[in-house]
Amino acid sequence: MSENRTLMMQGNVAVAEGAIDAGCRFFAGYPITPSSEIAEHLSRRLPEMGGKFLQMEDEIGAMGAVIGGSLGGVKSLTATSGPGFSLKQENIGYASIAEVPVVIINVMRGGPSTGLPTLPSQGDVMQARWGTHGDHPIIVLTPAGVRETYDMTIRAFNMSEKYRVPVVILLDEIIGHVYEKVTLPPPHTIETIERKKPDEPLEKFRAYRADESMIPPMPAFGDGYRFHVTGLVHDETGFPTNNTQKIEEMLLRINGKLDHYRDEIVEVEEHIEEGSQIGLVTYGSSARSSRNAMRMAKEQGIPVSMLRLKTIWPFATEEILAFAKKHKYLIVPELNLGQVKHEVEHAAACHSEIFGVNKISGDPIPPTDIFNKIKELS
Amino acid sequence: MDYFKYLRMDKFPHIWCPGCGDGIVLKAILRSVEEMGWSKDAVAMVSGIGCSSRTPGYVDFNTLHTTHGRALAFATGLKMTRPKLNVIVVTGDGDATAIGGNHLIHAARRNINLTVLVYNNNIYGMTGGQASPTTFTGDFATTAPYGALENPFDIANLVVAAGASYVARSTVYHANFLGKLIMQAMQKQGFSLVEVMAPCPTAYGKINKKGTPSQMITDQKKLAVRVEKAKNMTAEELQGKIVIGKLVDREMPEFVNNYERVIAQAQRR
Repeated sequence: MSENRTLMMQGNVAVAEGAIDAGCRFFAGYPITPSSEIAEHLSRRLPEMGGKFLQMEDEIGAMGAVIGGSLGGVKSLTATSGPGFSLKQENIGYASIAEVPVVIINVMRGGPSTGLPTLPSQGDVMQARWGTHGDHPIIVLTPAGVRETYDMTIRAFNMSEKYRVPVVILLDEIIGHVYEKVTLPPPHTIETIERKKPDEPLEKFRAYRADESMIPPMPAFGDGYRFHVTGLVHDETGFPTNNTQKIEEMLLRINGKLDHYRDEIVEVEEHIEEGSQIGLVTYGSSARSSRNAMRMAKEQGIPVSMLRLKTIWPFATEEILAFAKKHKYLIVPELNLGQVKHEVEHAAACHSEIFGVNKISGDPIPPTDIFNKIKELS
Repeated sequence: MDYFKYLRMDKFPHIWCPGCGDGIVLKAILRSVEEMGWSKDAVAMVSGIGCSSRTPGYVDFNTLHTTHGRALAFATGLKMTRPKLNVIVVTGDGDATAIGGNHLIHAARRNINLTVLVYNNNIYGMTGGQASPTTFTGDFATTAPYGALENPFDIANLVVAAGASYVARSTVYHANFLGKLIMQAMQKQGFSLVEVMAPCPTAYGKINKKGTPSQMITDQKKLAVRVEKAKNMTAEELQGKIVIGKLVDREMPEFVNNYERVIAQAQRR
């Protein structure tokens, strides 16, 4: 990219450039609409940066390859959409249990199955959290614009490296394909985080022994530590165990990491309008419709507030509860049949009445749909 | 030679049944590593799921026990980001040719510099003896109580056709010969695979009445035909035989080296 960092950029390209600026130097993927521009862009850009691009034979292999790439000590990325995201789930679980930092982009399209390859959806919110089997840690982010997609990709790598968890970014077809004018920060101003490396000698090293940070240091294969990595439940040595106490210790630690760091992981954007009785809880492309609906309401003299989820998992339960306490009604607009609405109901704990504005036709949510709901409630 | 320096002795006893061929393959791998002069830090061993795929747990290398069928995918990513590591993949017939079949043919097509050992016992041993893609037609398995209907894969020739640089086959009876082939596979720059016929007396032998473990291994001697001799034999004469030796050994551009050239080209622009 040229020195001038102000340009028209597509959301998918923002992922690719964000990844490069985050220090990602390995990508493996498989072509799938509407995410393919990420792979296409990186196939050209990564070798320019001394990195490597690999088109794998399938989605499962691509997920495996990025885990292998990350174990080699290089920040690694894969990108896909609904059907491919389904296929990747087993190995996403592997990254969770083996604590291998990886970033996974899912540019959501309509589902289920082959669904609507070229049309937007937000139908994978629950799959992003619970798609792989077993209790496992995972972080999921939902950007609502091109610049934010760039920033969130850097943040995703930073969190993945710091906490040793897979981080998913849920774009939707709208955010992936929209072009917006962006000014990217100068590369030297970008804060990047690298995984913590061990400093103890090989004899003392235990690959999965964590201090109070709950996160074990992670050498790369070839660094001289000769450790074992497995998808089986393991003890602090990294080798499989059937000792029930050790099993529980290990699983509580990997799941507990996200509780421990919850406050620095969960990010929301709150916009409070004085005297509002109605609040919108929104995320991703639906936030764009929501902003318009807020504006329309304001013009009619109806104050409406908004809470936008930038981190969708772990869920912003505390923030939503506080927001619910301030509002009589909450509206959750989304391109699915209410996946986040159910979570909001749970978090709001009956402090407000919750309504959904839902769309699964492949159309974006018309701001008027949200506005009509606002008028109905005001 | 001193095998012990390569083993994680605290992980023994191993999980393999008495009479299993897998330990013989492990020893042959270690002899080859010793002869290659590779330091333990410079070797990564990657596996999938199954009996053979437990091998990495016992060796003092950088070891990666992945998901079922995906060893080659993980190994490909690792080799891409750490080209200097000598990456050995250990897998079985079910892991490599059923659930992982796609990765097998594509890793061979890509001709990435990995050394692959397929321990072929013609059955799913770890899960209790179900039919695999290499179970012989008519043989019994817990999921083939009336005899297997399907045709078995010829793993080595499948990989030859897919474009590997080096492909060979041996049995565990021919342990020294096996070591020699593994050594050649390790020396080769490109995708190299050695298929090893490793009998499973517990899951395969018992249900198919193949006799004692030692008999299963000595039977391999009777069935084996050197590839040079097999060239002059008819298909009928080769029926039920095991062709051993080097099937292909060819010079072809290797994937990671090729990619380094792509980087140089991209950076010149």
